[in-house]
Amino acid sequence: MELFTNQVLSGIATGAIYACMALAVVMIYEAIDHLNFAQGEMAMFSTFAAWQFMQWGIPYWGAFVLSVVLSFAAGIAIERALFRPLGHASVLVQIAGFIALFAIINSVAGLIWDFTIKPFPTPFGSTPLLGGVISSHQAGMIAVTILLLGFLYVFFSFTRVGLAMRAAATMPESAKLVGVNVGWMIALGWGLAAAIGAIAGIMIAPVIFLEPNMMGGVLLYGFVGAVLGGLSSPAGAVAGGFIVGVLENLAGTYIPGVGNELKLPIALAMIIAVLVFKPNGLFGRVQVQRV
Amino acid sequence: MSTAQDTSADIAGTRPAAGKSILTVPLVASLATLGLLIVVPLFLKNFVVFQLTMIVIYAIAILSLNILTGASGQVSLGHSAFFAVGAYATGIMMEHANVPYLLAIPIAGVICFVIGFLFGFPALRLKGVYLALATFALAVAAPPLFKLGTFEHWTGGVQGLLVTKPEPPFGLDISQDRYVYYLSLTIALIIYLLSVNLLNSRSGRALMAIRDNEIAASSMGVDLALYKTLAFGISAGFTGIAGALGAITVAYVAPDAYTFNFAIALFLGMVIGGVGWLPGSLAGAAFIVFVPNIAEGISKGLSYAVFGVFIFAVIFLLPNGARQLAYYLYAQIKKLVSRF
Amino acid sequence: MSIKVRSRLAALSAATLAVTMMSGAAFAQKKYDTGATDTEIKIGNIMPYSGPASAYGVIGKTIDAYFKKINAEGGINGRKISFISYDDGYSPPKAVEQVRKLVESDEVLLVFDPLGTPSNTAIQKYLNQKKVPQLFVATGATKWNDPKSFPWTMGWQPNYQTEGQIYAKYVLKEKPNAKIAVLYQNDDYGKDYLKGFKDGLGAKAASMIVAESSYEVSEPTIDSHIVKLKSSGADVFFNIATPKFAAQAIKKAAEIDWKPMQFLNNVSASIGSVIKPAGFENAQGIISAAYLKDATDQQWKNDAGMKRFDEFLAKYFPEGNRIDLNVIFGYSVSQTMVQVLKQAGDNLTRANVMKEAASLKDLELDLLLPGIKINTGPTDFAPISSVQLMRFKGDTWERFGDVLSADATN
Repeated sequence: MELFTNQVLSGIATGAIYACMALAVVMIYEAIDHLNFAQGEMAMFSTFAAWQFMQWGIPYWGAFVLSVVLSFAAGIAIERALFRPLGHASVLVQIAGFIALFAIINSVAGLIWDFTIKPFPTPFGSTPLLGGVISSHQAGMIAVTILLLGFLYVFFSFTRVGLAMRAAATMPESAKLVGVNVGWMIALGWGLAAAIGAIAGIMIAPVIFLEPNMMGGVLLYGFVGAVLGGLSSPAGAVAGGFIVGVLENLAGTYIPGVGNELKLPIALAMIIAVLVFKPNGLFGRVQVQRV
Repeated sequence: MSTAQDTSADIAGTRPAAGKSILTVPLVASLATLGLLIVVPLFLKNFVVFQLTMIVIYAIAILSLNILTGASGQVSLGHSAFFAVGAYATGIMMEHANVPYLLAIPIAGVICFVIGFLFGFPALRLKGVYLALATFALAVAAPPLFKLGTFEHWTGGVQGLLVTKPEPPFGLDISQDRYVYYLSLTIALIIYLLSVNLLNSRSGRALMAIRDNEIAASSMGVDLALYKTLAFGISAGFTGIAGALGAITVAYVAPDAYTFNFAIALFLGMVIGGVGWLPGSLAGAAFIVFVPNIAEGISKGLSYAVFGVFIFAVIFLLPNGARQLAYYLYAQIKKLVSRF
Repeated sequence: MSIKVRSRLAALSAATLAVTMMSGAAFAQKKYDTGATDTEIKIGNIMPYSGPASAYGVIGKTIDAYFKKINAEGGINGRKISFISYDDGYSPPKAVEQVRKLVESDEVLLVFDPLGTPSNTAIQKYLNQKKVPQLFVATGATKWNDPKSFPWTMGWQPNYQTEGQIYAKYVLKEKPNAKIAVLYQNDDYGKDYLKGFKDGLGAKAASMIVAESSYEVSEPTIDSHIVKLKSSGADVFFNIATPKFAAQAIKKAAEIDWKPMQFLNNVSASIGSVIKPAGFENAQGIISAAYLKDATDQQWKNDAGMKRFDEFLAKYFPEGNRIDLNVIFGYSVSQTMVQVLKQAGDNLTRANVMKEAASLKDLELDLLLPGIKINTGPTDFAPISSVQLMRFKGDTWERFGDVLSADATN
């Protein structure tokens, strides 16, 4: 029983990593209506930027704010320079663009900062809580995730910009007719997604260490969490992240024989199964398609 | 999608030209390409022949993606898994059961067809990003499965499995590399012709109706479930044959050869070649084999970044890939011809 | 230009003599195969500069820098090294393509330090058929020491199984009733260590190992594995992980207050890139084994070899990170290659290079631990076969016990 509790708690702690990233995934999905495969690498680069600022002597919160603001600007710049010109190309071409962006950011970060792991500081300390299964940093990260979630909820449900952005992503033509500047909504979405990614990266790095390949696995789990919870629902995505974390731990611990070696495939299979029955995720809006 | 308005003949790359001559420009171009593919390797070093073999094999895999994505509109980021199953099936049959490779290759295709067909059922319920993610999950999940200790006796586990490279039959006096190349080219040609016929047939038109508008297609009486799962099965089956050829060409199968990076490379090849345009598969395959080599020649530390820049260059200049270039050249040639 | 010597190593001298006499150049001492001339020696290599294993790419860059230094200092016996290194992205099919390009198009004399067990397995048969040396492969699998079946392939570093056995012997001696938990990476490297460890424990392996957990490199964290291993009640923990995961494991074990006797595989025994990020306070008492000096360990601050290494870094490889064990690895393996080519003198045939690689006697390198020497022979294709145990104390490794070799453990 103790093992079960510990695995659930440790799953929640790991799930916080996925949930944090899943929020960034939802943000970009709400803005452009599909997933950005380079999002993890963008977050990694933002985290390296924060680390570099600290190396230059800027205190933690200064580096934090600087990195988030710069990431916001960089997100907008990337959209304007690289993806706006592709606006009329098919989704598949844009995915190829994301993959190219992934390769570029990963390679440049590797050249600047090399591949040795770097410890990343945390403002929450690393005191063990609950018998050490969760550290104070992880508790802090969960708090930050929930704060971000609150921000996104208010943003999308109550602000003009947030509502306009959702309209621009799901029905660009109609949005244009009611006077929404669709182009800038998309750019703004990129900026916000990059900023949230930066926060996620800065929160995740103390747990998994900073290095150029740190986000590969995180983004995959973030996608899975967001898709499981529902890409159109920030709260669903966060819940999805936690569910994936716990599910994966339990599969690895309790499925005899192959559970450990196959915990990722098993977790993925379960999620596909969920999607087959709930194609828009557990908490997503059902989309009606017109002929 | 920009491919929505294309006709079926266009997809297969055999749009009949307006002229009266039987020798249309596309046909001449196709035959010329085929001629080059047959003749040129006779004058190349063995290792270049090996590279060309890999291109032909990847072209088969990209062509099967094109059948799936270009024709029925389903996206797959997981074809590395089918490629891997084909490769492993061939390796295991050849090394553990002494099945001759000429028999092992089609069997591998059939195995992959069945697996792809079955995977097509859950895929039916998934659309867009959800399907992309589900197939991506397949690509991520495949290597741990092949590493699994339980199957180690057959798969070689983490060490992989060495496969015997076939010798030319009948005492033919050509190198192993050339033999495997011509074998792959022959199979690729058969698959290409089958695909062209498939897409020009009734079934092909049904698939494209699904791609363009599912609801409309089903209201016109197209059996959505059957066609979509069939498309998945056929695509997986052809990819499995490519995997089988890959196994005998490289003479080694290992989990590290079939990671999701490979699935992404195949996807890129499809986009670069032009989604839905079968002849583009060859151009896409050449891109994913040669461009990384060019990129690392430019900068070792930033090779990956240079590769990314190349992709951006292509999709900026030619959002419809090689197909756009081919059509542009076609138009230019027609202009030239009409002047005389 | 090239005199092909297609004989077994044993019959080498007789055969070369005959060939030389037939060619009527009995007094010409210079002999070359493809890839070697009066002015140049071409060396080929493949490395994962991109893709999931790109962290190892720095080995290729270090080798390149080291050969630049050799060339700047006049080359080897008057010949400049031209080092051609290609990216295989850690993919076996790409490795085959790149190695064939090296051999058939660039026409290198030999392939040096190709990295990774899968890539090396993919190219081994080809290189042996072509009789091209596959020297000092960068992987710790045991299968590279097999001169009978693969006379053209040679390893370099101590193999993983031996190291695993050494830890097992230590456990049996110090803690015969231990309950052991093992964390390992789910690939050839992890399984090799585990096998060696189990072999070392012998019949007691089944009863002593109470928990095993394997992770995939795609997992963001391995925290849950550590939680699971702790719950098994183990009092010995064998950490078979690459640097990032090894550091995570050390840190997590401390966080959940699990204090077993810890063994850390040599792959991650770097103070700068593993122990320091994991926290010195969390790593006290960890036992590992080493054959190379750690540049971040201050006990080597005034070491002559380390000083030469630092001069090299300053002058030829300023972008190299000295805390990275891969840089030390690249430097040392290059020194071994240079020694072999020096010994080969003007007889730069592939067969002679192999022969010289198999006749290294008590070779000491700048960064090998004192007492560890490179020895090879016609039946011994394992250049470095000894390691020394060490324990982490304060902020440094304290070596203890004798230098242990593979033979001593059998």
